[in-house]
Amino acid sequence: MSNGEVNLARRRFLIGATSVVGGAGVVGAAVPFLASWQPSAKAKALGAPVRADVSKLRPGEILGPLPEWRGKPIFVVKRTDAMLDQLEALEPMLADPGSARPSQQPSYAANRWRAREERKDLSVLIGICTHLGCSPKYYPEVGPQAFDGNWNGGYFCPCHGSKFDLSGRVYAGVPAPSNLEVPPYTFESDAIMLIGEDEESA
Amino acid sequence: MSDAKLSEKPGAVMAGVTQVVNWIDARMPLIETYEYHLSRYWAPKNFNIWYLFGVLSMVVLVNQLLTGIWLTMSYVPSGDKAFASVEYIMRDVEFGWLLRYLHSSGASAFFIVVYLHMFRGMMYGSYRKPRELIWLFGMAIFLVLMAEGFMGYLLPWGNMSYWGAQVIVSLVGAIPVVGADMMEWVRGDFLMSEITLNRFFALHVVALPIMLIMLVFLHIVALHHVGSNNPDGIDVKKHKDENGKPLDSIAFHPYYTIGHDLPAIVLFLIVFCSVVFFAPEMGGYFLEPPNFEQANPLKTPDHIAPVWYYTPFYAMLRAATYPLFGMDAKFWGFVVMVGAIALPAVLPWLDRSPVKSLRYKGAVSKGMLAMFIVSFFLLGWLGTQAASPFYTLLAQVGTAGYFAYFVLMPWYTRVEKTKPVPERVPA
Repeated sequence: MSNGEVNLARRRFLIGATSVVGGAGVVGAAVPFLASWQPSAKAKALGAPVRADVSKLRPGEILGPLPEWRGKPIFVVKRTDAMLDQLEALEPMLADPGSARPSQQPSYAANRWRAREERKDLSVLIGICTHLGCSPKYYPEVGPQAFDGNWNGGYFCPCHGSKFDLSGRVYAGVPAPSNLEVPPYTFESDAIMLIGEDEESA
Repeated sequence: MSDAKLSEKPGAVMAGVTQVVNWIDARMPLIETYEYHLSRYWAPKNFNIWYLFGVLSMVVLVNQLLTGIWLTMSYVPSGDKAFASVEYIMRDVEFGWLLRYLHSSGASAFFIVVYLHMFRGMMYGSYRKPRELIWLFGMAIFLVLMAEGFMGYLLPWGNMSYWGAQVIVSLVGAIPVVGADMMEWVRGDFLMSEITLNRFFALHVVALPIMLIMLVFLHIVALHHVGSNNPDGIDVKKHKDENGKPLDSIAFHPYYTIGHDLPAIVLFLIVFCSVVFFAPEMGGYFLEPPNFEQANPLKTPDHIAPVWYYTPFYAMLRAATYPLFGMDAKFWGFVVMVGAIALPAVLPWLDRSPVKSLRYKGAVSKGMLAMFIVSFFLLGWLGTQAASPFYTLLAQVGTAGYFAYFVLMPWYTRVEKTKPVPERVPA
């Protein structure tokens, strides 16, 4: 071994190799810390589907107390024929009348009613505004409101003024970027609805 | 010969103290550190009241740490006990109400003194070379402070805590592609829940305070390395006496500590305690009314407004209402808000003026700073109000004013006519 002679190339290689291995170690060690922030098994279990009894729901009414799925409020509304009939006329004012965003509803709800064809009177929506997560309020009455002189019935978010129609479709020109989300749902019987699961996804 | 060196003095007690100090000093740089940071830290002689807010933020920091530690002794960070444990602190714990009000009012006081401290830097060009790093550490402190305030506000688990945090966490959802998954990752659940509360508690009482203390340490180490700026922006190190002491400076201790800061601290504490004792809720600005109701995931309060110290940024978030370049308005609101918070960090590189202090800058700089202040206050007020078309328009004007101050700075600081800066600090 020679004294006083420094092999710079070897030193650079060793520094480089040590840094790469050390860096990989840091990345590996970070995984458990970052992954522990994911929803835990308990949180996922609490997100199981919920049942709702819609047999006593009268036309025009919202199911109360609000069912909760994954801790989020669910709006279940039985719409009257008049409510369903006026949906088409609103479409020029809506941002996404055809429910083109696949993330916002299951495929069977990508229609004007945003509901299953066989029970299109029953609207099921996650009651969380797609803007910043406030819970909108149900205003079914047609007529002037404090927030809109030409109100056609729907949902209004008090936080930032987003407006949705009775199918949860967002109006153009409000802060919310997309329609209210329709959760997966199915019917166990005419009276009992299962929210959070359907044959298509199960 | 250092003036702090403890020489032999009559009296057995004094001799004992000297011995202890000398014993320590032989093992760590005690006297040297004392001199470097206090008795021989030369501070410009022309400091004015704007130079009090640094030390006052240290006073508030100590208050927050002390009362915070005591609050954790009685607080329970769980979904069904958090709200009740805060009420327990307020009613049943001896002096619990005082500890809590000191902490909650301290949060607002922190932002008042920090905003004034930052404004001082903007006015006198304290961020200019060679103090850019001090400014960057300061901006990092500001960011950590905002995170502290935000996470701390969730802990009482009131309905405004809950929905305010829900709105801010939802901002993450504006990030394209990964936003929705990141929101779940931040919350650890499908919605704000006890799991979120637990992790915010850990960050608020352990992780962020450690970061805050480290950053304050670095802020001061960097400051004492280059020396303080002054209201005239004059480089006092250019003229020194034969011992190397700047002619226009005085020792930080005792002249500023006792003569300048101590009376200010006393005055500050009188005002602060008046708020704590007589108006801890400050008409709903320091503690908001809906927060006296427990968190309810199914019911949003009618009007969500953040605590006053975030309202200027919140107003800017809401000011973005148009989709652009294929991205929706929500994304741009997020970008505008993050930009507004981060932009002051690059001030040292935006300011091209030949002078530091506003005293010697031209009329344009003065006008722009005035406009910035008006915009900031306007936005701050708008952020407390419910949105309406007219207010949104006002917020857009205010946002333009806020950004114009920064974005146009490289231009207006270069073209305007400045006044000559004197060599020495004027008497």
